[in-house]
Amino acid sequence: MLEFTAPLFLALQQTTGLNFSPFFDEYDLGRLMTGVQTSLLLILCVLAVSLVVGLLGAAAQRSRFWVLRFLVATYIAVFRNTPPVVQLLFFYFGLGAFTPQVDMGGWYEPMISSFGWAVIALGIFGGSYNVEIFRAGIEAVPKATSEATEALAFSPMQTFVHVTMPLALRFSLPALASNLISLAKTTSIAYVIAVPEMTYALSGVWNDRLNVGEMMTLLFVYYIAVVAIISVIMGQLEKRLSVPGLGK
Amino acid sequence: MTNAVSTTRTRSTVPILLGAALLLASLAIAYLATSHIAKGPDDSPLKVLGRWIPFILEGFTLNILMSVLAMILATVSGIGLGFLQISNAVIIRQPARFVTRVFRNSPWLVILFAIMLMVPFEITLPHFGTVMIPGWVKATIGFTLPVMANIAELLRGAVASIPTGQWESAESLAFSRMQTMRHVILPQCIRRMLPGWMNWFALLTLMTPIAAILGVNEALGNTQAAMESAGSSPDLLIPFYLFLMSIFFIFIYPVSVWTKRLERRFAAT
Repeated sequence: MLEFTAPLFLALQQTTGLNFSPFFDEYDLGRLMTGVQTSLLLILCVLAVSLVVGLLGAAAQRSRFWVLRFLVATYIAVFRNTPPVVQLLFFYFGLGAFTPQVDMGGWYEPMISSFGWAVIALGIFGGSYNVEIFRAGIEAVPKATSEATEALAFSPMQTFVHVTMPLALRFSLPALASNLISLAKTTSIAYVIAVPEMTYALSGVWNDRLNVGEMMTLLFVYYIAVVAIISVIMGQLEKRLSVPGLGK
Repeated sequence: MTNAVSTTRTRSTVPILLGAALLLASLAIAYLATSHIAKGPDDSPLKVLGRWIPFILEGFTLNILMSVLAMILATVSGIGLGFLQISNAVIIRQPARFVTRVFRNSPWLVILFAIMLMVPFEITLPHFGTVMIPGWVKATIGFTLPVMANIAELLRGAVASIPTGQWESAESLAFSRMQTMRHVILPQCIRRMLPGWMNWFALLTLMTPIAAILGVNEALGNTQAAMESAGSSPDLLIPFYLFLMSIFFIFIYPVSVWTKRLERRFAAT
């Protein structure tokens, strides 16, 4: 890839002074690639964890036990009303100090890496929004559907799995899309615990090369692309799952 | 019917009870911690925290200052940008949409980096000479931009949500576009925008600690500095970070409960 881009971007630097070093310097390209890979993997894992947490939370909110419902309410209140950066630091430094260490043959490494803590902390943070979104989706399902399934002799569990949940998922898709997009953007704060994702990788480049403006442009383009991809996927999903007679 | 009434009642009282319980818990921790200050240096993490609480709270005032200033700036500029977005002229509308899209789709941290690193740390004004721009002022600008874009979008959404019939009836009363905007559309938009606007204030305040990454001495920066001066013992991490989380919680939780209540009231009418 470098042999195609290098002449172009070297010429750009000589004529305009714009220094897009990752496109002609092998070392910087390596950093950029690590950044993209880590960032995409981080986004994927965080979104997956947040969805699982959201579904579990929404299910627990419907539980008969008030203790469980109270715990979910507390979880949502705490994680939605405290700064995500501090949550991340709390998980990584606060809890990370007490996780067991693994013998790596001479030195010790914590069992959960900074990447792992970023996935856990941001997943739980994003999940607190997803619980509310799924709950709203479940509440939006018309009551007539459960009456109809009762008439068809469905058990409450069957009603939930086969009728309420599929409809609730469709109702919550638009709100879910915007939350997942904002969560994907929030993964950039994993910078504070030195996860080598895109922001961290490019900050390494601009610290060495002093090309802040160019790397910032690259960052903006990268995140706009990520947001575009997620919104296209969610839009497609919404279209594929649409049921005649529901919504527009 | 009675069922519906009772669920809304429990839903509005639970958050308040919860808030009160958490508030009491953190006050108890703070009291336990501060009641021993007079006895001088001590090794217990809570007592160390007690000695540093004023320093952390001092940093927290900067968080509040930054979020309030950024909110004011973002509201003014966001409403301006929102009007540009719904302009009839394509040449005004398209650039405004582009600006909104860039700032809405980039992470807070990236925008903050861009402002902190690309705005000079001092500027020379014709009459005042060289003026230093402190880090927190630049951070405030960095926090303003994403909120500005989202408020612009809120305004656009609110205007779009007003039924077309309102525009048509104003037109039939010989209102100009300007007059329709001022007397018919905007008064209805303010109501619709308020919950979203408050939500953005909460999100903004919760994001202000990232300014610590760039060396602004706000609550998070002061907490980390305090832990370092107190010997960086790992025992300090949990109480210090928990305290930091609870002061943000106490400030933001009432805002979000109020926002939810407004949302529900506007949804009902």
